[in-house]
Amino acid sequence: MKYVDEFRDQRQARAIAAAIAREAKGERHYRVMEFCGGHTHAIFRYGVQGLMPGNVEFVHGPGCPVCVLPVGRLDEAMQMVERHDVILCTYGDMMRVPGGKRRSLMQVKADGADIRMVYSTQDALKVARENPERQVVFFAIGFETTTPPTAVAMKQAQAEGLRNFSVFCNHVLTPPALGAILNAETPIDVDAFLGPSHVSTVIGSSAYEPFAEKYRKPIVIAGFEPLDVMQSTLMVIRLLNEGRLNLVENEYTRAVTREGNAKAQALVHEVFEPRDSFEWRGLGLIPESALQIRAGFSGFDAERRFPVQAQPVTEAKGCACPEILRGQKKPLDCKLFGTVCTPENPMGSCMVSSEGACAAYWSYGRHCHDQSLRAAR
Amino acid sequence: MKLNLSSGKVDMSHGSGGRAMTNLIQALFVKYLDNDILRQGNDGASFDMPIDMGADRMVMATDGHVISPLFFPGGDIGSLAVHGTVNDVAMMGAKPLYLAAGFILEEGFPLTDLESIVASMASAASAAGVAIVTGDTKVVEKGKGDGVFITTTGVGVVAEGVNVSGDRAQAGDVVLISGSMGDHGIAILSKREHLEFDTAIESDSAALNGLVADMIGAAPQIHCLRDPTRGGLATTLNELAAQSGVGMQLNESAIPVKRQVAAACELLGIDPLYVANEGKLIAICAEEDTVNLLGVMRGHPLGRDAAVIGRVLEDRHHLVQMQTRLGGQRLVDWLVGEQLPRIC
Repeated sequence: MKYVDEFRDQRQARAIAAAIAREAKGERHYRVMEFCGGHTHAIFRYGVQGLMPGNVEFVHGPGCPVCVLPVGRLDEAMQMVERHDVILCTYGDMMRVPGGKRRSLMQVKADGADIRMVYSTQDALKVARENPERQVVFFAIGFETTTPPTAVAMKQAQAEGLRNFSVFCNHVLTPPALGAILNAETPIDVDAFLGPSHVSTVIGSSAYEPFAEKYRKPIVIAGFEPLDVMQSTLMVIRLLNEGRLNLVENEYTRAVTREGNAKAQALVHEVFEPRDSFEWRGLGLIPESALQIRAGFSGFDAERRFPVQAQPVTEAKGCACPEILRGQKKPLDCKLFGTVCTPENPMGSCMVSSEGACAAYWSYGRHCHDQSLRAAR
Repeated sequence: MKLNLSSGKVDMSHGSGGRAMTNLIQALFVKYLDNDILRQGNDGASFDMPIDMGADRMVMATDGHVISPLFFPGGDIGSLAVHGTVNDVAMMGAKPLYLAAGFILEEGFPLTDLESIVASMASAASAAGVAIVTGDTKVVEKGKGDGVFITTTGVGVVAEGVNVSGDRAQAGDVVLISGSMGDHGIAILSKREHLEFDTAIESDSAALNGLVADMIGAAPQIHCLRDPTRGGLATTLNELAAQSGVGMQLNESAIPVKRQVAAACELLGIDPLYVANEGKLIAICAEEDTVNLLGVMRGHPLGRDAAVIGRVLEDRHHLVQMQTRLGGQRLVDWLVGEQLPRIC
């Protein structure tokens, strides 16, 4: 398939792997955090880690929108549909995530609630147009990539005078999360980052420059195809070897510019403004790390239209997700991993989405676990 | 009262056991599915033991069919209900002979659609060389069904010396598939409400008993046959690995996936190895039978793209592993829940 196969080519992969093995210095260890779930998914689905020399290690970051959404917000979405009898439109991967009482949207749907899986905000608008007598809420989640389509839908709803459409806004921002990880009490043991790909098409690579500068950890914006991840890793190793630690480089030049997409940024700015603070599952409260709907669009704000209030939720005891999301632990270091916590019965956030680090380890990398255990014996 | 097939609808009387039901059976089911045994008009089917076929054992399989939409590119619930059960019987190494069909109809369902479905069952059964010899009809109130549900049960015979079973894969065996993966699931998904996208992909729904007969003829000692339906290739191989107590090593580059299917999967963020097929089979055989079997499969219209995709290994964890197209190694796990489109 054009524009896909080129980035999964085995010959190219071997060539880049050979270059990495040649250039990675034997005497040092390279710990590279891939920020996004999309990277994590690619690394596991294509077996990229196995092509790396032993001293190049991927550490999995927090960039999985389903993983970092706090359980309370999911509970509030369930309250909207159960207490206010709205039609809730959601992206597919939210459906299985267990809420506070370990109920998922799929179970709430089975109990009779009207929950519809949509593929885009346009589908949600269509549901609203087709059901004028019902209130339709779009469960908006995601990083900067999914925010502009939500803004477009709200502007369309406003232009059409669509009074039965509103948005439950949970859009979060990447740079504050990166800042929170770098600024954590326990200093992060990571040498460099593979920066977000789709997010950066919107916000531009310049958004990361202050972090590379301040914390002296280079960042390479990396696409989501396996060769992108490998090429970016090679670029990171070169930056580290040359001591050019305060730089942001861009591997994903076919989509990302330094400035990003000005039109999308303006659109987001018109509809949304930063929240004072937002809770990230696993990372806690991070100031100005999420968006809320501006007063001018308050008519389309589901939080104002349908009052809800979730009970505080305590995470499963022993769950290492907070440390895993900060790159301080690996899934195999968690004692719940694979015993009580599996994709069928996820306890923590990293197991709930296929892009979470624990789910990726479990689904694609369990054999490595067995092999490493065998080697250890 | 004559049945109005062009504009009539299923009503509760069609399931009451009275004259309306007899009308429906005669004007629709018997008309299309006619054969000597069905024509006897009994509540069950009576037929001779097929002892002249060199048969050693009999096989029985049943499969309930619920699908939305009822009509999809490449088939409908009628042809699917025939193919599904014919294939389940064939995967036991058997020659399917007879089918029974149970219909659950929803009040208000257009008779013209029901006629299309029954006509499609008739042509699918005739193409597969099986007869639908008995059946049952029930009607449920509007809102308590989804148009039509069809359960089919099939019986078949296994020739002497054939022993196909999911627990017979052994280390050293070779894993083959009969063609491209994911066509059926993507064809269905493309027509689902809210997920409509344009694709020329048709379901691969087909009866595989002809292909299986050729394969058994060439290599009667085949170890396992199974059709990778729900859960796709990945889940079916995991079932076989667990049942046989072995592991498997696959080669992703060898697994055929049509370009359009691959593209739709990319768009939706799903993996073609987990997408359903309705006209493909997995065969596991001893290494020395591979060349022969592959040749026979490729010589049949339903096995033209047959390929060797991997090997059976000793592994006490019963894992299915795969060398990826990129050259890396990964696990191919069971499907968890159902595949859902991803956000980004």
